[in-house]
Amino acid sequence: MNRRSFLRISLTGAGLTASSMLLQGFGFGDISSALNSATKYVDSATKSYNAVSKALEDITPEQEYYIGRTIGAIVLEKFQPYEHAPTISYINILGQTLSRFSDLPELYDGYHFMVLDSPEINAFATPSGLIFVTRGMLKCCSDENSLAAVLAHEIAHVQHKHGLQSIEKDRITKATSILALEGTKNFANSDIASLTNTFEDSIGDITSTMISSGYSRSFETEADETAVMILQRVGYNGQGLIEMLKVMKKNLKPGGMDFAKTHPSPESRIENISNILGTKDKLVTNPSQTLRFQTAMKGV
Amino acid sequence: MTTSQSVQVRSSQLRKSPSFLGKIISTVHYGDRLAVLETKDSWLKVDARGNQGWLHSSAMTAKEIVLKPHAGDISKAADSDEIALAGKGFNRQVEKKFRQRNANANFNMVDKMEKSSVSQEEIEAFLRAGNLHPTGGEV
Repeated sequence: MNRRSFLRISLTGAGLTASSMLLQGFGFGDISSALNSATKYVDSATKSYNAVSKALEDITPEQEYYIGRTIGAIVLEKFQPYEHAPTISYINILGQTLSRFSDLPELYDGYHFMVLDSPEINAFATPSGLIFVTRGMLKCCSDENSLAAVLAHEIAHVQHKHGLQSIEKDRITKATSILALEGTKNFANSDIASLTNTFEDSIGDITSTMISSGYSRSFETEADETAVMILQRVGYNGQGLIEMLKVMKKNLKPGGMDFAKTHPSPESRIENISNILGTKDKLVTNPSQTLRFQTAMKGV
Repeated sequence: MTTSQSVQVRSSQLRKSPSFLGKIISTVHYGDRLAVLETKDSWLKVDARGNQGWLHSSAMTAKEIVLKPHAGDISKAADSDEIALAGKGFNRQVEKKFRQRNANANFNMVDKMEKSSVSQEEIEAFLRAGNLHPTGGEV
């Protein structure tokens, strides 16, 4: 599914009232398309571009929060939540414990975890710390350590701001500062409409990267390596990530729309993690975790 | 000369030691400007209204957060690296308008997800019951 058709399914209407967005100092935009349709505004836009303030350019945790909420709302439009209380409660305790030992333990509203009712093998993390795993992904986890590895990998994506890094390449923050500085006086209605459309395209960019195309191989490698670090800090075994990937390899369907499409192959990930772990972490089952894991996963 | 930093998350807990297993002393809130007394690894020892304790640096920013910015604050922020405006850019009002135009986006479930919270006691019990021994602190 390409980005535009995904967006049409997810979003209806022409988008926000751009003038109200501008008054609030908000606007995402693709500079090249906006400037192409508004050449008479090039001079003032260039001036603003050059005069970008750091305060407006930086995406603060508060803004990450609102970006992440919208992406979460779109994920939850596409997937049904699996609202089985014992499972959700367990995953939240495990996930929030892991997040405390990441290098980004504090987010505007903290980390929150949810299971999606889908047999696909998938997991998503929004910039605001909303983390989703499917039932199909949970089935790749044979114990608590493996599940911890999955959650740690998603926390790592949030820690490294992988989602936001794909936005900033489109210079959205620079467009934000232009709109906030210039206000409404220099923009015609046609430009406002065009900028409104590009806002929705930008949200679509984030969600299609996350859901359809996936992050770069280097981002995925970084997330795996940080996941191992988080696991070890909490007292879990880095080997748990390898064990999960072995099960995933058996369960993934070739040509699937899930992890098969968005992530490097389990084999390549296993090889990389094995090199990091060396012979340090031997797999040892922890019986005190077994019962609570099995109880929480009953029925999944 | 002491430096100050501001709380950039909704709320956080001041702790007796630089660890999430450290005893909680008090709560700090978004925008609170706190004097920084000491740093250790990724943690800051701060003074919050007479209480001294530790916060993780990810909860803090060197910028001063202006909680209710006026129009004049926008150009002030434009000229300074030291100020951040609360509620600027993508904010609650923008989300409200987005929801009016995109009725199918499931914000109600996002609100529900955000209600999940886990206490310090629950985390400590979870670690103990699971025979887990984190680095940097015994449970």
